[in-house]
Amino acid sequence: MRPIADGLFTDETPPRLIGGKDRESGRIVFPCPPGERFAPHPLGRTGKVWSFTIQRFRPKSPPYHGPEAFVPYSIAYVELPGEVIVEARLAHIANEDVRVGMAVEFIQIPLDPDAADPVLIPAFKPLGVAA
Amino acid sequence: MSDVCIIGIGIHKFGRTDGVSGLDQGVVAVRAALADAGLEWPDIQFAYGGSDSAGNPDTMVERLGLTGIQFINVRNGCAAGGSALASAQMAIKSGEYEVGLAVGFDKHPRGAFNALPSEYNLPEWYGEAGYMVTTQFFAAKITRYMHEYGVTPTALGRVAEKAFINGAKADHAWRREPVALEEILGAPLVSDPYTKFMFCSPAEGGVALILASEKKARELGKPLIRLKAAAMRTRPPGSFEVFAPSIDIARGGTATRIASAAAFAQAGIGPEDIDVAQLQDTEAGAEIMHMAENGFCKDGEQEQWLAERRTHLDGTLPVNTDGGCLACGEPIGASGLRQVYENVVQLRGAGGARQVAGNPKTAYTHVYGAPGVSAVTILER
Repeated sequence: MRPIADGLFTDETPPRLIGGKDRESGRIVFPCPPGERFAPHPLGRTGKVWSFTIQRFRPKSPPYHGPEAFVPYSIAYVELPGEVIVEARLAHIANEDVRVGMAVEFIQIPLDPDAADPVLIPAFKPLGVAA
Repeated sequence: MSDVCIIGIGIHKFGRTDGVSGLDQGVVAVRAALADAGLEWPDIQFAYGGSDSAGNPDTMVERLGLTGIQFINVRNGCAAGGSALASAQMAIKSGEYEVGLAVGFDKHPRGAFNALPSEYNLPEWYGEAGYMVTTQFFAAKITRYMHEYGVTPTALGRVAEKAFINGAKADHAWRREPVALEEILGAPLVSDPYTKFMFCSPAEGGVALILASEKKARELGKPLIRLKAAAMRTRPPGSFEVFAPSIDIARGGTATRIASAAAFAQAGIGPEDIDVAQLQDTEAGAEIMHMAENGFCKDGEQEQWLAERRTHLDGTLPVNTDGGCLACGEPIGASGLRQVYENVVQLRGAGGARQVAGNPKTAYTHVYGAPGVSAVTILER
């Protein structure tokens, strides 16, 4: 499976998210913006859920490319200590079990597992839970 | 310096009006405001108009009369109305003009606003993966706020309950039926913790305000409703805004906090001096956060305020007396001016069934929108 976009993930196994580090201030953002100001900066793999919600209706297409058959899913802002808070899906956890503060680790998941050519998007799963 | 006064107000009902364009709803509001002020269109020396999706406001001169008037269009997201008003105030304060118009209208398609990544300088994948959803952001924002300050889902429900109680008493509101707290809390979730009654919907409507110098207002024999402050601000570092793939760990201020502080400084009064307030409530939690961001209470005190009904019509600080965005819906260009319209009604004592008690003398409005803009006004009589 291919990434949903170039420049989001490192090539290592397991992969990491690639943020951007401001060459002057050291501020870290995600994703890494184009241009010279930010240098690509691989982000830490583990963090804590800073906030979350459950998406309970199918987002409009365009721009959404997810499956036609909609199943509610969790999204979270995950704090990566000392770096930045990133927005991503949560996986391998029931929606009703998500809590602020829970420890999570980075994974990739397919946006639409049944697509002919599925793409991978950023996600986090509870720390220590098998993918 | 002498004050700028609001001498005429007009509104076209919010909600859905099939067969009437957004612009024509604005024209209806302008004609109502002219009648209210006792003026004719040729008396108006300048205009600022706000619309997000219903066309260029200046084209309404074709309906109102080709008087050659200066008419400037304002496009500033949810702050469009507030920005039009702030600009109109400055035009009179500068001494250039004596009497002018701030008008806002809009007409949005049904359903949630449909945003595209390119409009927000974001990569395409962010939209493809399903993040270009305003309700999702607002839900994540309030989840964090509730976690930090101990605000409960019941408090969210109480805000919506109050909105529909007040909306039932406002002729211009869209939702005119009270909804029981249990029904609000038990309704289907849109994006947790928000149920379907806790979000406003994109809508239609128009509002017009006629402003004049104090001298002109006195000449016309109008009661003096003074625009003591009109401030528009953009976000400071570290704020948490819609469509953010990442945010800083070090949290910062908000556009609302700095717009509010600027307005209170202009008016020379503080939050404790305000008698009635209209605060942006595109979702129930927004009203809760904005109570604190505008300085009316501390973070976390809202739970008690709402339990004690302090923001109801008969409370110590009535908030969103016409039901706000939750009951009126949100036509972006008109929404901020609706708040000012409602405050003029309240200061005139003309609120009828929704008139707040205690003969209010000061009134406050606040709008907030993407990506971190805010406008605040303070009226005094």
